[in-house]
Amino acid sequence: MKEMYDLIVVGGGPGGAIAAKNAAELGLDVLLIEKRQEIGDPVRCAEGVSKICLSDHIEPDPRWICADLTGSRIYSPDGTMVEMSEEMSGGEVGYVLERKVFDRALVDQCARAGAEVRVKTRATGLIVEKGVVCGIYAMHLGEEYEIRSKIVIGADGMESKVGRWAGLDTSLKPADMETCVQYLVTDIDIDPQFCDFYLGNEIAPAGYLWVFPKGENMANIGVGVLGSKSGDHRAIDYLDKFMKDMYPEGRIIEMVYGGVPVSGPIEKTVSDGLILVGDAARQSDPITGGGIINAMEAGKIAAEVAADAIKKGDYTTNTLNEYETLWRSTIGKEIEYSLVVKETFVKFTDKDLNHLAQSLSNVNFYSLSLKDLLYALFKANKKLLWDLRGLFKDVVNSNFEFKYKNDQAD
Amino acid sequence: MSININRYKCGYCGACVGVCPGGALELVETWVEANDCCTSCGLCAKICPVGAIEVKK
Repeated sequence: MKEMYDLIVVGGGPGGAIAAKNAAELGLDVLLIEKRQEIGDPVRCAEGVSKICLSDHIEPDPRWICADLTGSRIYSPDGTMVEMSEEMSGGEVGYVLERKVFDRALVDQCARAGAEVRVKTRATGLIVEKGVVCGIYAMHLGEEYEIRSKIVIGADGMESKVGRWAGLDTSLKPADMETCVQYLVTDIDIDPQFCDFYLGNEIAPAGYLWVFPKGENMANIGVGVLGSKSGDHRAIDYLDKFMKDMYPEGRIIEMVYGGVPVSGPIEKTVSDGLILVGDAARQSDPITGGGIINAMEAGKIAAEVAADAIKKGDYTTNTLNEYETLWRSTIGKEIEYSLVVKETFVKFTDKDLNHLAQSLSNVNFYSLSLKDLLYALFKANKKLLWDLRGLFKDVVNSNFEFKYKNDQAD
Repeated sequence: MSININRYKCGYCGACVGVCPGGALELVETWVEANDCCTSCGLCAKICPVGAIEVKK
């Protein structure tokens, strides 16, 4: 490790890796640190990702694609099933990844682009001079280091400390986080091309339960419960109950825990000398919980803004605010829309959910566009969906084009 | 402060760190540490997906 870099990226997940790779390709001298000794492990993700936008960042590779999905099914509490084909589901289908391999492939890309990568290296604080972030304190194998940089990118995930050290309020209320448990289950009978979602307050209060295939006879089965609903019954209790009811013969060969921010955009994601990216910036989608694509898009924007700032020699918020503007006008738009949907969704009773599903039971999804589906849904459930009328209007008028498809539930 | 993190239950996901209002928790590699900023508010115990945290007020 050197004493000085142009850019230090804290965190080796998809957001950090894409930021570091793009910055290195733009000619910056980059250090990427990851506190874990392995990239991508332990996994904290359901591993579903939309295909759209993914290939902007990395060439799809069978080594990290476990399943290629063609559709999804949503089950309401009374078991009414709504099935959607690939085109219809929009961002809801795509690949199921092997994150351990995927994340490492991203970091491999960034190392080959010229960034220096250090694993088992943890940021312990920020060097701040006259209010400006100008590097980090780090620990590697028990030794402390002071490493300076022109700009720091905090991509340190849901448990981010970097933003807080710089005075940005990134703490979440329990109502702003889904608390999740997932099992990797093998030797079960599943459709390897469909992902299933189960809704209901007995199954996943203000969240959902997912079954994402990871190939033949194997799936990620997990549940997310809104933090404010967690207490006597926790995510793990809901999952164990579902497993007992639906897959009593399934064999669990991995356990995954995680917290997913569903707060929507936080107020500020830059300060002098600092940019936050991905889960650290709470950029995950509030309705699906997906964060991979958003983090990668944000990482790319952050790298470009950082490179411009370094060219200009101005690392203050004056220049870095360009990042705020760019991500909020792209991925931020979708996050805002999803937040509106989420806020309505968490209030639905089981009766409401059943009603919504039943209203779609006679619709032939393969012949409809997403626009038509949303229109049909709204028309049949005006009262229930009244708070979403602005969104439906935008979608029907095509003001909102679903350009940035979100991945789901990572 | 009285916070007890059961390391045998904990899956080091960091959900507790995200909701800690005082920034008292940190996910260090694969374990969670609490410092003196803990006010025993109990949000970490509420959010934990597996119930690995106990807080006494």
